[in-house]
Amino acid sequence: MATSSSQEQDVQGEVLKKGKPREQKEDAEKLLESKKQADDGQSGGQFVLKCAKGTRDYDPFQMAIREGVFSVIISCFKRHGAVSISTPVFELKETLLGKYGEDQKLIYDLADQGGELLSLRYDLTVPFARYVAMNKIKTIKRYHIDRVYRRDQPRMTLGRYREFYQCDFDIAGEYDPMIPDAECVRIVYEILSQLDLGSFIIKVNHRNVLDGMFEACGVPPEKFRSICSSVDKLDKTEWEEVKKEMVEGKGLEEAVADKIGEYVKLSGHFELLEKLMSDMGLTAVASARAGLEDMKLLLHYCELFGVLDKVSFDLSLARGLDYYTGVIYEAILTGDATMKDGEVPAVGSVAGGGRYDGLVGMFDPKGQHVPCVGVSIGIERVFSILESRAKEAGGKGIRTVETQVMVASGQKNLLEQRMKVCTLLWNAGIKTEMLYKRNPKLLNQFQYSEREGVPLLVIVGEEETVKGGVKIRDTHTREEDFVEMAALVPELNKRLAECQHSERV
Amino acid sequence: MATPSIQEQIKAQGEVVRQLKKDKAPDEKIKEEVAKLLELKKLVDDGKSSGQFVLKCPKGTRDYDPFQMAIREKVFSVITSCFKRHGAVAISTPAFELKETLLGKYGEDQKLIYDLADQGGELLSLRYDLTVPFARHVAMNNIKTMKRYHIDRVYRRDQPRMTLGRYREFYQCDFDIAGEYDPMIPDAECVRIVFEILSQLDLGSFVIKVNHRKLLDGMFEACGVPPEKFRSICSAVDKLDKAEWEEVKKEMVEEKGLEEVAAGRIGEYVKLNGRLELLERLTSDERLTAVPSSVAGLEDMKLLLQYCKLFGVLDKVSFDLSLARGLDYYTGVIYEAVLTGDPSKGKEGGVPAVGSVAGGGRYDGLVGMFNSQG
Repeated sequence: MATSSSQEQDVQGEVLKKGKPREQKEDAEKLLESKKQADDGQSGGQFVLKCAKGTRDYDPFQMAIREGVFSVIISCFKRHGAVSISTPVFELKETLLGKYGEDQKLIYDLADQGGELLSLRYDLTVPFARYVAMNKIKTIKRYHIDRVYRRDQPRMTLGRYREFYQCDFDIAGEYDPMIPDAECVRIVYEILSQLDLGSFIIKVNHRNVLDGMFEACGVPPEKFRSICSSVDKLDKTEWEEVKKEMVEGKGLEEAVADKIGEYVKLSGHFELLEKLMSDMGLTAVASARAGLEDMKLLLHYCELFGVLDKVSFDLSLARGLDYYTGVIYEAILTGDATMKDGEVPAVGSVAGGGRYDGLVGMFDPKGQHVPCVGVSIGIERVFSILESRAKEAGGKGIRTVETQVMVASGQKNLLEQRMKVCTLLWNAGIKTEMLYKRNPKLLNQFQYSEREGVPLLVIVGEEETVKGGVKIRDTHTREEDFVEMAALVPELNKRLAECQHSERV
Repeated sequence: MATPSIQEQIKAQGEVVRQLKKDKAPDEKIKEEVAKLLELKKLVDDGKSSGQFVLKCPKGTRDYDPFQMAIREKVFSVITSCFKRHGAVAISTPAFELKETLLGKYGEDQKLIYDLADQGGELLSLRYDLTVPFARHVAMNNIKTMKRYHIDRVYRRDQPRMTLGRYREFYQCDFDIAGEYDPMIPDAECVRIVFEILSQLDLGSFVIKVNHRKLLDGMFEACGVPPEKFRSICSAVDKLDKAEWEEVKKEMVEEKGLEEVAAGRIGEYVKLNGRLELLERLTSDERLTAVPSSVAGLEDMKLLLQYCKLFGVLDKVSFDLSLARGLDYYTGVIYEAVLTGDPSKGKEGGVPAVGSVAGGGRYDGLVGMFNSQG
């Protein structure tokens, strides 16, 4: 009977609280057994020890790296005057419907539990558009760093998860052409340079140029998006294979495909622009001409922003999402793929984005036009690269605890003193720890400090207490000095400032 | 000849509408043709034309605008500095867990968990707190000791009360110390941390209430509560922060079937709070100390108060016998920090600096639930 079983559990629970550790363990087992028997769904799955597929915990080492990366990225966004916003992890299902084309099926839905139908956000761009429309915002320059969710085939070793971070920077508003678009390129440049990821390149192209190119080659208009998806695969696949997909998979005439092939192998700067502007077939299309005008401005502004040498106007760049209406970007690391064993190579796509002028209008019944341009940094890949690099270097330079002082004692019955010293140091804002033992061994405290990189110890001792002070020990040099209580905090601060300085040097 | 495809029909109808508008045809006519166009669009099953005009956040959730983000950033900065000052590391866990991981951990609150739809894969639920994921993480990685903080959002399908700051999606800032240590030292450091954070956030006056699960249970036993009613009577006591004693007593006697005499005895205890003098008084209470569990609880509390004094926080601490915490998994000391500002002060529209802002306690059995070796 259910009642007697839960009574049994409560009694068992009581026994648990009173018993000694070993008895507790046996009692815990009895408790778990009886809970298993109760079929009230309350006792399921105590022994589940894994994360959901495609997701993972971040351990302290990974968190330390992550914090460093976010710090660089946020500084850059702030340097360019961006504010930040935050949106919920799930949206009304309707909000996300119809925004992602074929990727719709990768969206996580929440169960229908009798309320609104909800889905986990797939990116940060659609929530941004919703936010802008909802608050009738005309202009905003915002960054947003948060996790998004995609029911993809995870490939954890390649840094491909189902839950992952995106760092988005977007500029919304009607402005003179290409200035904000160029600032986005500058921001990607700053971030990738500061993160020290090796060589990189920022590919740029334009939706209108792509569409113009398709028209000029003879692609039927209803096949534009489909052929565009194929071109998008050129970053991972050879042209021959992509051509085959166009001709056999998508029913494109071979001659047309060949013409596309001639274009998509082109990349460059102003000389490419010149070439395209004198291409009669291309410039016959009005929207392509407009796109080329935009690209001319973009390259010019990139030169003024000092980033042109990292930019490549690349006709093979096509981006997956339907909502791009103008310039599109993709930043790629081009480091040496033959890194040391175990190190994640610094190659591959790390950022992407573009102009999307129609998205906010989709959320506003009056169709208020708020043009937007933005970039999204794919930081999971950045994390893996930096994490593996740090591991190869033996974890040097990454501390998971920031403790500056360990308050220690080797003699008995000095717990009170240690606590008082900790309080003194905490009040002074110094990062301080002590072991949670009444009478710890000195060696353990020294070892902890060495292992965690704690630079200083304050050692409390009977003799020193009588003299009105304590000893300061330098973890690195192992030298010990007596100091009076009144001078303790100033002396520690002085030494810690010196430590920091020498770390930087 | 094949009938025109829907796409072609939509294109044609679009032309009709455009032409009518250009010709400035009567509104009625235009409306009619637009309606036809929308009908056609509905037929297209490409998901592209649905739901353009949704302009709200899900119930119980909200965006943070730049002003709120600036405040949030500042608050996180104060809190994170404090955690780091005490040598904590950070970890992070996914927003959802396997449904089984969360099952059986939250008692009656189980029904407030958000589930993900069964889309053919694992059954998942959004995390309800950061404590169970922490226990899972510790067990999963065979961790013996860890001092960690975790700041992230959690999800509860509660009745939202946005004006009272009660959301369905909200942040928690957790600080936990895992490991076998000498008694009460880490427990006291948690109190010190709450003290530092609330002081630095400059929220006005506050008090940190402390009590002990073993003492509560001992108290119930000493008052004559039958063991099978402990948890249920404990839930009733938990309501004393919001309801008057008379009301709570009524619930104990009428709804939970407790003898009135026992309830009366409980009433004598739960009105008590203080510090070392209360401890003295309870230690000489024969009825209470006849129960071993009370004795164990009182010994712990004695150490706790002593250590709080050494950590310089005793004047903000209140040993309060009416403190009982909702969750089943507490096994030792329990805390709750409450802002005690003047509710009648503060300008109109301002949120008064009163109410519960922090809570926690010792939970020795949770990690063991995830580890078959215990």
